[in-house]
Amino acid sequence: MWEYTDKVKEHFLNPRNAGEVKDANAVGEVGSMACGDALKLMLKVDDSGKIEEAKFQTFGCASAIASASALTEMLKGKSLEEAENISNQDIADYLGGLPKEKMHCSVLGRQALESAISHYKGQAPKEQEGEIVCECFGVTDKEIEKAIRENNLATVEEVTNYTKAGGGCENCHDAIRELIARVREEEAPAKRPKLSNIQKIKMIEETLEREIRPSLQQDGGDIDLVDVIGNRVLVASRGACAVCKASELTLTNFVQAKLREMVWPELTVEEVPQ
Amino acid sequence: MKTIYMDNNATTRIAPEVLETMLPYLKDLYGNPSSAYSFGGQVGREIRNAREQVAALLGASVEEIVFTSCGSESDNTAILSALQTAKDKTHIVTTRVEHPAVKVLCNELTKRGCRITEIPVDREGRLDMDRYKESLTPDTAIASIMWANNETGVIFPVEEAAKLARNRGILFHTDAVQAVGKIPIDLQESAIDMLSISGHKLHAPKGVGVLYVRKGTKFAPFLIGGHQEGGRRGGTENTAGIIGLGRACELALDRMEEENTRVKALRDRLEKELLSRVTNSRVNGGGAERLPNTTNISFEFVEGEAILLLMDEFGICASSGSACTSGSLQPSHVLRAMGVPFTMAHGSVRLSLSVYNTDEEVEAVIDKVPSIIEKLRAFSPFWKPEAQACASGT
Repeated sequence: MWEYTDKVKEHFLNPRNAGEVKDANAVGEVGSMACGDALKLMLKVDDSGKIEEAKFQTFGCASAIASASALTEMLKGKSLEEAENISNQDIADYLGGLPKEKMHCSVLGRQALESAISHYKGQAPKEQEGEIVCECFGVTDKEIEKAIRENNLATVEEVTNYTKAGGGCENCHDAIRELIARVREEEAPAKRPKLSNIQKIKMIEETLEREIRPSLQQDGGDIDLVDVIGNRVLVASRGACAVCKASELTLTNFVQAKLREMVWPELTVEEVPQ
Repeated sequence: MKTIYMDNNATTRIAPEVLETMLPYLKDLYGNPSSAYSFGGQVGREIRNAREQVAALLGASVEEIVFTSCGSESDNTAILSALQTAKDKTHIVTTRVEHPAVKVLCNELTKRGCRITEIPVDREGRLDMDRYKESLTPDTAIASIMWANNETGVIFPVEEAAKLARNRGILFHTDAVQAVGKIPIDLQESAIDMLSISGHKLHAPKGVGVLYVRKGTKFAPFLIGGHQEGGRRGGTENTAGIIGLGRACELALDRMEEENTRVKALRDRLEKELLSRVTNSRVNGGGAERLPNTTNISFEFVEGEAILLLMDEFGICASSGSACTSGSLQPSHVLRAMGVPFTMAHGSVRLSLSVYNTDEEVEAVIDKVPSIIEKLRAFSPFWKPEAQACASGT
């Protein structure tokens, strides 16, 4: 059973503003029944741009209902400009927090809000932006990148918790790892501390030892660190990896992705004969 | 608020008779059954008695009963033993709707070079026996087919499946965790080689299970250690748990008829009333042969976790196959395997009864659930009461 805050439970049991706004002029619909949650947000915005009325309809679990209820409460009386600044984290905070696996419920709220605002502004319902990454839940790279940026996500699991992407067949996990690395790289200059060579090598060794070698060993393989030259990580394959046809894939999709995630986003892994 | 417990496929209450039988072994009679002195020996005698009680429920003999720590351990032991004793064989036949104790193990085994065939089910959850027959090959080490499904209660023809396996010299295991105690089982007359039981599903405590291993079956232990269980499972016996499970099996034999008459009637009434009071609802697996205690009902256009938490407000305990309750983002693998549409799968609720349920409890559920569904549908964007006649055809 999920650990919900009292405020989530209270909003779930007594949802505020459930229903329809008949003369709504800002309507946002997101999600689908196949995905397991959907939200229709209906707003009435007056001439001065203030939100007079906010109601919702939702298909979803307790935290989806509570998030929708919270969002409508937050929106009432606000100007559109103020509303635009409400983030998914604000919705979660209003409820005293959501279980991490349920953060996507707050993201759904934020998406419905964006969609309602563009509807009000007369913009066509936003065409799906970007490329679908997660086929199971129809999540695009743009949506994933946005969630990574806004919530400072670092792992595939976190991306799944916030966007659902990767929660089905798991085929897109590599693609999500790449997106995380890409966003990290973009944001890197400001945030990233400089690593000395010795620090870098130490971190690579630690990551190999803790995160990488145990998985390879499970499949009868192994890997040794040979050298680190700048951002080039030279490794030698051992055991099953040395003879495995798929080892090249393992090197880039797993070893390199992991090292980029844990140590430095610009690392490249190369295999050297040993 | 009184608890109305209708989640007996998840776990059951310990029968008072069982608890009473166990208590001395948690207090004064703490001896180790392997010890030489009579303080331990008397516990050993009770364990032998428990073994007889379990064997009686299954139509087995005492040497065929191996006590374990849970149903999952029994399942793991059976499958891994089959692979280890038939070293050249690497193929496993199972179903798409197994419990994770079998399903996840098989997924793991693919990484170790095993080939897994998962037999599909039809829309009512019935096993595709033609596909099953075709998939048994000379390379097959074991077929593991559950006796009854935990989510829908649908019963598989395991006796027939076991015969087909035996004719081809293939070991047959069944996860009978949900079936034991609810439907009659006679292993004397069957071709089943191994069978798993979980204590806490039949009013014994958690932490005890059984693996039945037919005499003459090649066997490799899973838990390696002492000589306990005839060398087939190391580790000091969970004495109180085993003695409790023995008593629970004795009770189950006595209550089998009640389970299939009174409990079944309660389930049938619950099902009939809920279907007639809530439009756009259906029973998953309703067209198949099912356990007498289980019903899995889908309420279209609402989400399962929300239903469960509103039921919880009335003290009603049940479970759901919705994504939010399955611990993943997709609805239950069982309902997906059956091709239950998403509109239905997310709103599924499983009610599973036991001999401890009463008429009053069933009436209370019949009274409360329709208003819960109505409340949630009132703000579901997909619920258009006037258009439902068309939509329900999907």
